[in-house]
This record gives sequence, structure tokens and C-alpha cells, in this order.
Amino acid sequence: MKLIDRSIEKFFWIAAVLSLSITVLIFGFMVILGFPLFKGGQFFELLSQPWLPDYGTYGIYPMIVGTLSISLIGLVFAFPLSLGCSAFISVLGPKRFGRVLKKIVQMMTGIPTVIYGFVGIFLLVPIIRELFEHGSGMCILSASILLAILISPTMILFFSDSFDQVPKPFLDAVDALGGNKAQKILYVILPYSLRGVITGLILALGRAMGDTMIALMIAGNAVAIPDSVLDSTRTLTAHIALIIAADFESLEFKTLFACGIILYLFTTFITLSVRSFDLMPWRRK
Amino acid sequence: MMNRVLEKGVTGFSWICAMVLLGTVSCIVGYLLIKGLGTINITLIFGETDPMDALFFRKQVFDGLFPAILGTFALVALSVSFAIPIGLAAGIYMAEYCRGIVKRVFSLFFDILAGIPSIVVGLFGFSVAIFLHNYFSSRIYPCLLISALSLAFLVLPYLIRTTQVSLENLPEDIRRTAPALGATKLQNIFHVLIPRSLSGIASGVILSIGRCAEDTAVIMLTGVVATAGVPKSVFSNYEALPFYIYYISSQYSNKQKLLSGYGAAIILLVICGLLFAIAFFIKHRLTYHVLYKP
Repeated sequence: MKLIDRSIEKFFWIAAVLSLSITVLIFGFMVILGFPLFKGGQFFELLSQPWLPDYGTYGIYPMIVGTLSISLIGLVFAFPLSLGCSAFISVLGPKRFGRVLKKIVQMMTGIPTVIYGFVGIFLLVPIIRELFEHGSGMCILSASILLAILISPTMILFFSDSFDQVPKPFLDAVDALGGNKAQKILYVILPYSLRGVITGLILALGRAMGDTMIALMIAGNAVAIPDSVLDSTRTLTAHIALIIAADFESLEFKTLFACGIILYLFTTFITLSVRSFDLMPWRRK
Repeated sequence: MMNRVLEKGVTGFSWICAMVLLGTVSCIVGYLLIKGLGTINITLIFGETDPMDALFFRKQVFDGLFPAILGTFALVALSVSFAIPIGLAAGIYMAEYCRGIVKRVFSLFFDILAGIPSIVVGLFGFSVAIFLHNYFSSRIYPCLLISALSLAFLVLPYLIRTTQVSLENLPEDIRRTAPALGATKLQNIFHVLIPRSLSGIASGVILSIGRCAEDTAVIMLTGVVATAGVPKSVFSNYEALPFYIYYISSQYSNKQKLLSGYGAAIILLVICGLLFAIAFFIKHRLTYHVLYKP
């Protein structure tokens, strides 16, 4: 009996160590397989060079620009939208309507990304093409609009959670002073939950940078450095998804691991900075 | 004066935001339904093959969604059966055994794992397959098993986290009663703590099933293909619904194919919506039990 107990407890421990080692293994594998890149500072050259396979240059600078532009523009769309919606849910909207909206937003987090992409191709891309009469419509703008729709639900739920954390006496005080709902959100709730809002924003940035399908399906995947938001571009994630190199020893193939390493380091950085706020969503309950 | 304008503006702005969001969602779902609802029928799934023949694997289905649906189910079943034992066990360890600095280190690594983009996990699965192919057995290629394992890695942190949180949220008096009566720690965990937090754990499990079913980025690097038929073993290629949708959107040959893409999208949406609703229902029941029926 004692022995069985022991081995079950051992199994719990092994499971946890195994899960931890996967985190390390993922990084280790990419570093080992991409190792030749680190010799002689080649890794940092890759970060600043263009992608010109004909000249033997496999820089991933265009993809870094692509990732940054799509996700940052996506955030510019999504942030005010999410702030408005969560204010609507928590305070400004009619109670019942706010609850319905929250249910819908929760449902939205369950919609598969590939479906956003699919509808985007056949609905949004033609609209952008007709509207701006520039290229195929598969561009940074279309991708970031869709990305904004994708990341908004997470942000809205996070924001409205932190809005609900404001102590009730604060809100009662506003009521007692005769303040209205708009004053409540502007002068009490927003300042109080500023940290929550920033955390939500950082988390959303991580989500936006890590997304593959939207960029892959909507942004057009051109490897040139984009000049405007109406140009097509390729993100780091889409670059990994697109390449099917036959030669696993080629430099072209190795650049995938450079993309992977950058994405890994970046999302780790985001996780660390969110943790330093100590505001991971599950820890605040 | 400025403040007055701002205060008025805020309310209007939040109404606009709510309407924009509702509008976009209804556009997306509505567009899909209008375009695709007409294509949903028995031929969409089974093609020209007789459904009974297909279900008992007597005949191959050539231009239907059947292999993709089956592939998705096989993939989800396989990866969840890898992830659940490990995820729950690690979650129990985190909540009941791990303390202090070790706990902080573990939870840091699980947070990092949860944040890794799915395509990077896919790249990892792909390189593991290549590695095994080169050094272990040349018969190993990206396949159903590799995809299922990679997806398991992807959902592992969610399972650990939901298990840990639902155990840790149990009230202290429930936690202490059984040991006070002489139960061992393990008896307490299996007979008291887990049954009490079952609904939280279950909704975490169902949400990770949903993630396995919808993920495209991981599987497109680890063995999914456009046409493979029903998967014969865990070492073969397979089809899956999300990849089919992606594939159709990028290279459809005729209108018929495109319409089947709409059909596939609706089916995937319904599957994910159902899973989500079930998880939501279970969670809701949990709060109901805790709050009103002690």
C-alpha cells in the first residue's frame, strides 16, 4: 500500500518535471538544429539582412518587420475597441445588454482562427481591394484588421476582469458624490486598473505576434520589405509555416530555427514582463 | 467644459465599440452560414460513397469531408490521451506537493510554455520527427503520432493550470476534514479534493479538446496533408478539418471545392462551439453548486 502511494506520488512529480523539460527541450532543439547560424555572428547578420535566395542571402529582416507591423497595427485597432467594449460590459452599457455582450465575447474566443482567415479571404480582402484599388487586397491592413478581431476577445475579458476588481466602496463613493457612469469609469475605474490594462495589452501583443494563420492566409506572404500598409508582407510565423525545404542542411532551412528562436525569446520576454507585474490572469482570483 | 465633452464622448464611444464588435461577429458567422448552409448534406461528408460503407471502412471516401472529420477526431483523441494524464498529474503536483522556490520555478516554465506560439511547437515536432528519422529509424516521418504529441505539448500548460487552480481554490475546511479523520494525503486527493474540483478540471479538459480540434499551425508542420484518406495507423499521414479549410482557401480548383470549404468551416465551427458550450455549462454548474447548494 505504502509502495503504491509512493509510486503514484512519484508519477505526479515525473509528470511535472516532464512538462518542464518540454519547455527547455523546445528551445534546446531549435538552438542545436540552428547551431551553425551562431558561428561567427551570422545569427545577428540574419536579423538585418534581406531575403535574397538568388544571392545566397537568407536574412529574416523583412519577416521581423512584417511581424512587428501586422501585430502593432492590429493592436492599434484592437486596443480602443477592447477598452470601449469592456467599459460597456462593466459599467456604461445597460446591465442585461452588457451580460449578453460578455457571453458573445466569451463565445468568440472559441471560434477557430482558420475560420477568421477563411472568411477574411472571401469577405474582407475583396472589400479592401475595391476600396483602395491597390494590389490584391492581401496586405498588412487586411491582416491587422482580422488580427484585431482575433485578439479583442482575450483583451476585453481581461480588461473587464480587472475593471471588476475595483473595490465596491470606491464605486459607491462615486455614486454618493452624484457622479455618473462615465465619470466613474474615467476617474476611478481606469486609473485604478491601469496595471491590469497594461498587462492585458502586453498579453495581447504576445498573442498577436504568435498567430500564424491570419498572417499566412491574409497578408500575402511577399518577402520584400513593405512600404505601406497596403503592401503584402510575411511574418516570422508564416515564414516557418511556408518553407518546405528539401535539404535539411541548407542555410535556407536553418533560418526557420532563427525565426523560431526569435519568437520563443520574444514570447518568453512577454511572459516574464507580465509576471513581473504579478498579474497573470489565474493568479488574481 | 473639456471634461464634459470627454464624459459624453466616452459613453458614445463604448456604444460604438460594442456595436462594431457585434457587427463584425455577426458578419463573420452570418456570411459563413449564408454561403455554406446550403452545402451541408450527406454528399458533402461522404461524397459518392454510401455512408454505411464509409462508416465501416468498407470503401474509401474520395470527395467528401469524412476522412478529414475522422482525422480530426483521431488527432484529438490521441493528443488528449497523451496530455490528460501528464497534465492532471502535474497539476496535482503543483497544487498539493510543490512549495516555495521550486513551485515558482515550475510555474514560470509552465507560463513560458503556455506563451510559446503554436507554430514554434509545430517546428519542434517537425524537428523531432527529422531527428528520429535521421538517428533512429528511417521509417519515421511527420505523421499522426508526431502531430498528436506536439498538440499535447501545446495544451499541457492549460491542463496543468486549470487542474492546479481548481484544486487550490477549494476552501480550507474541505481540505482539512479527511486528514483529520485519519485519511492519507493521497486518499484525501483522490476521494475528496479531485471530486470536489472535478467540474473545473473537466471544463479545462474540454477547452483543451477544443484547442486541439481548431489548431492548424501545429499540424501543418507535423504531418497533415490535403489528401490521405482515412488514417491507417498512427505512423501515416492524415487529413484534418482545419487544414482542409486552409488548403481550400489557398488553392481551390472549382466552385464545388470552394463550397465544400464553407461546409467544412461550418462543421468545425459547430464542433468548437459545442465543446465551448459544454465547458461553459459545466463551469456554470460548478459555481451554481458552490454558491447555492453547499
